[in-house]
Amino acid sequence: MKKDLVIIGGGPAGLAAAIAAKEEGVEDLLILERDARLGGILNQCIHNGFGLHTFREELTGPEYAERYIEKVRELEIPCRLNTMVVDLAEGPGEEGEDRPVKLITVMNREDGLVTIRARAVVLAMGCRERSRGALNIPGYRPAGIYSAGTAQRYVNMEGRMPGSEVVILGSGDIGLIMARRMTLEGAKVKLVAELMPYSGGLKRNIVQCLDDFGIPLKLQTTVVDIKGKERVEAVTVAQVDENSRPIPGTEEEIPCDTLLLSCGLIPENELSDGLGVAMNPVTNGPLVDESLETDKGGVFACGNVLHVHDLVDYVSEEAAQAGRKAAAYLGGGLKRSGRRIPIRAVKGVRYTVPAFIDLDRMEEKQVVRFRVGNVYRDAALTVAFDGNVVSRRKKRVMAPGEMEQVVLKREDLERAGNLGEIILSIEEQQNLS
Amino acid sequence: METGGSKECRELVCIGCPLGCNVTVELEDGRIGQITGNTCPRGADYVTKELTDPRRIVTSLVRVIGGELAVAPVKTASDIPKGLIMDCVRALKETELEAPVHIGDVALSNVCGTGVDVVVTANVGEKTKEI
Amino acid sequence: MTDVIVIGAGVTGCAIARELSRFELRVQVLERASDVCEGTSKANSGIAHAGFDAVPGSRKAQLNVEGSRIMESLSRELDFPYRRNGSLVLCFREEDRPALQKLYEQGIQNGVEGLQILEGEQVRQLEPNVSGQAVAALYAPSGGIVCPFGLTIALAENAAENGVEFHLNTEVQNVEKLGEGYRLTTNRGIFETKVVVNAAGVYADRFHNMVSGEKIRIIPRKGEYCLMDKKAGGYVSRTLFQLPTIYGKGVLVTPTVHGNLLAGPTAVDVEDAEAVNTTKEGLEDVLKRAALSVRALPSRQVITSFAGLRAHEENGDFILGQPKDAPGFFDAAGIESPGLTCAPAIGRYLAGEVQMYLSAEKKADFKAVRKGIPCMETASEEQRRRLIAENPLYANVVCRCELVTEGEIVDAIHRPLGATTLDGIKRRTRAGMGRCQAGFCSPRTVEILARELGKDISEICKNDPGSEFLVSQESENTAGGI
Repeated sequence: MKKDLVIIGGGPAGLAAAIAAKEEGVEDLLILERDARLGGILNQCIHNGFGLHTFREELTGPEYAERYIEKVRELEIPCRLNTMVVDLAEGPGEEGEDRPVKLITVMNREDGLVTIRARAVVLAMGCRERSRGALNIPGYRPAGIYSAGTAQRYVNMEGRMPGSEVVILGSGDIGLIMARRMTLEGAKVKLVAELMPYSGGLKRNIVQCLDDFGIPLKLQTTVVDIKGKERVEAVTVAQVDENSRPIPGTEEEIPCDTLLLSCGLIPENELSDGLGVAMNPVTNGPLVDESLETDKGGVFACGNVLHVHDLVDYVSEEAAQAGRKAAAYLGGGLKRSGRRIPIRAVKGVRYTVPAFIDLDRMEEKQVVRFRVGNVYRDAALTVAFDGNVVSRRKKRVMAPGEMEQVVLKREDLERAGNLGEIILSIEEQQNLS
Repeated sequence: METGGSKECRELVCIGCPLGCNVTVELEDGRIGQITGNTCPRGADYVTKELTDPRRIVTSLVRVIGGELAVAPVKTASDIPKGLIMDCVRALKETELEAPVHIGDVALSNVCGTGVDVVVTANVGEKTKEI
Repeated sequence: MTDVIVIGAGVTGCAIARELSRFELRVQVLERASDVCEGTSKANSGIAHAGFDAVPGSRKAQLNVEGSRIMESLSRELDFPYRRNGSLVLCFREEDRPALQKLYEQGIQNGVEGLQILEGEQVRQLEPNVSGQAVAALYAPSGGIVCPFGLTIALAENAAENGVEFHLNTEVQNVEKLGEGYRLTTNRGIFETKVVVNAAGVYADRFHNMVSGEKIRIIPRKGEYCLMDKKAGGYVSRTLFQLPTIYGKGVLVTPTVHGNLLAGPTAVDVEDAEAVNTTKEGLEDVLKRAALSVRALPSRQVITSFAGLRAHEENGDFILGQPKDAPGFFDAAGIESPGLTCAPAIGRYLAGEVQMYLSAEKKADFKAVRKGIPCMETASEEQRRRLIAENPLYANVVCRCELVTEGEIVDAIHRPLGATTLDGIKRRTRAGMGRCQAGFCSPRTVEILARELGKDISEICKNDPGSEFLVSQESENTAGGI
């Protein structure tokens, strides 16, 4: 099978990328989705709060997804469901094509094992949750330990409860949302414990998911032991010091039958790794330029496979850009020039997406998204061209849980002449209140 | 709040959107005075409502008979009094729909006498036979 | 009255049962857990030891070398993952060289083939990631790695194929000597048998002491492990042991036969024979000690940790055969390392003893060959196509991390001694063993189990009864609340 463009993943990123590519004139494209329906993780995110940015109204996850799914249908973009990509590789291009072709090996019940030859690929595989094992939480290994997203799937898509007395480790948004969900379904959520001195979730979710139901949130607290041979019987929590080490003597045993983990998301880049795409060790996602193109020409990345987002609206926006750029690539454009400027994240800025800007391919404006490594109050975000600070923007609060962005203008970069690098950093005030 | 003639400040986090502004409200004898810290007018609306008549959108599930999924997600079409959240969810536990259901279908009208309908938020088709 | 009852369906019990199934005997295996391979056999290093470690002349020494020799052919006969990857015992200090030399000589005496002492640089030529602190090493090319679940399940399935009856969820509570034979009281009724084989792991002393005056004592010795992602699996290709030093017995760093990297175990004697919990101290100790062997242990790649209990007999050797005062009661007790390696040899030896005791005839129709579940992940493209052509379920991926398909899961459920639990599926197919640790696949696997077994999903357990994943709908409805 041959395709111009294959989009791996039919979640919010893949859908938006496919729509944008089709609207830019790519006719021969295909979405590959491993689940039985399009929409990805949005299908189980039945809470509201999606789409304010994109649609100016507050939608639930499935409703947000449906807007894109309808569009995909309307544009007659073909999809393969229940289809797993098992391998991604490069091969020599067809005649008249000097750029390598992408070989995508897929499996599903209808087609069996098929290799698709694609001229371009959008990576939109999303992310997975950090597991108990990756957190290396000691204790027994009984039933009743779930990542929050797995529990969310049971509750919201199968209508089944994974437990009735719950402790949640991690105050990321999924953890907060699940605290409310489990409560509404009749479970008792005894505690949300957070290792860091601040929550990783949105503040609104602390208000409407915890405060509304009187669920306690303990910061700088972690789970140090799990009890119960067959089923969880209790977890022991303890306070941690500034190095996140449990403080002896602060242990507290909480009887419960369920431990939910909401301790971070990891982009699912096994396919990208297999292809040999250069990765950013901070995000665990590919290193991309302004066109969201990886170091492998014709391979684009967007959404949570690129870096973990808080807001699906930004995923859609980013993915649409990836789709448009893939279309440009397929149209013979998007050639690489020598004018590639790295963006360096320093002093409190953990990473940026993109990591490079190719000045010849840059649009009028470029959004640069990033996360900070700590909670900063009344600090300034500075942008420097080589040594010179060109912008300094004060922010009341910046937190690791909330993605930030700056917009760079092409004319500014052009004006700077032979620009070596762009540097993003946080400048803290001397006197913090 | 009940101390007569007193002035106090309350800080609330606006839940109007993901920004989560810290909004400060001055309360004079329990009456709402100056509101600061909000980025947009919705922030002022939110805190006013939150202090006088707190309301929430409720999202939950209803059972679906004969559907490709056993449940369909639903939401209240607009916010309902915060105190009625659990009653609303309880009412939904009693509700069953028959597949197929579509986004926007009314699952339960006038939930708990609020005048607000609960509507379906995902399409759930009929169960197909296993191949 | 049955001929033989084997207590315990760990690797030792299953190996004995399989060897006994060569004979015209009625053999029953009683296992308290819901599946085979639920005790020590599921939580160990997965090493097929070369045999230099055991004291010359001991049971361990004799059976280890035999076990190591037969493992490869057995892995072909019974279709389980095994690889002879070679092992190195690293020596970190010049003053420990005599101990290394002693180990070498001990190995020669035990009959281990191909042993060699290598200098530090030679070691690093073989294994570039070995720590610069290693001054020398004992190289044993015959060392191997094996899948402990694969081995145990293969032995059990083959035994079942050959007529051995497995009684799972059957806990032996008492063993009583009769005039002839033994009576076993269990939670599922009384069993009477001419011969008992005691392969009860950390509980073997309990049953032994019920029938014999020659008391033995088994001490559960906990070992904790950290398992790392397959991305780290190629970090070393041979098994790296550490020469025991004044700082204690070292830990190993090894690739597993499935391509992960494993570090461990600790060795702590515990009171509680059920204490398979990991501890903060233990896991930290594993990573700290393992970091001695290699240049930069990829400890950020840990995907899970676990603990197992070895059945350490206080005299340090295997106890095999009949106590003088309990004829017909055959011990396979104190089976700690290198027990996994020795299991096939223990099976042969004890089955031989039992056969002599009962004067049993050989079966004419013994089926020695067992075919495992096809593995899509390791299959060639051509094999994959063929499997999918035969059954399209082999194209439906359930576990994305380990590439396990619905076809493999359904096969695992319906074969002899099929899986009935999520852990059962995991050990037979590797679904859920990957880097997401069953986050994505467990809802699907639970659904398939329920469908194939004709149960509701709330009845599906992780392992033993009581480990259900979901709240049953009745108790959900009666739970008050909402």
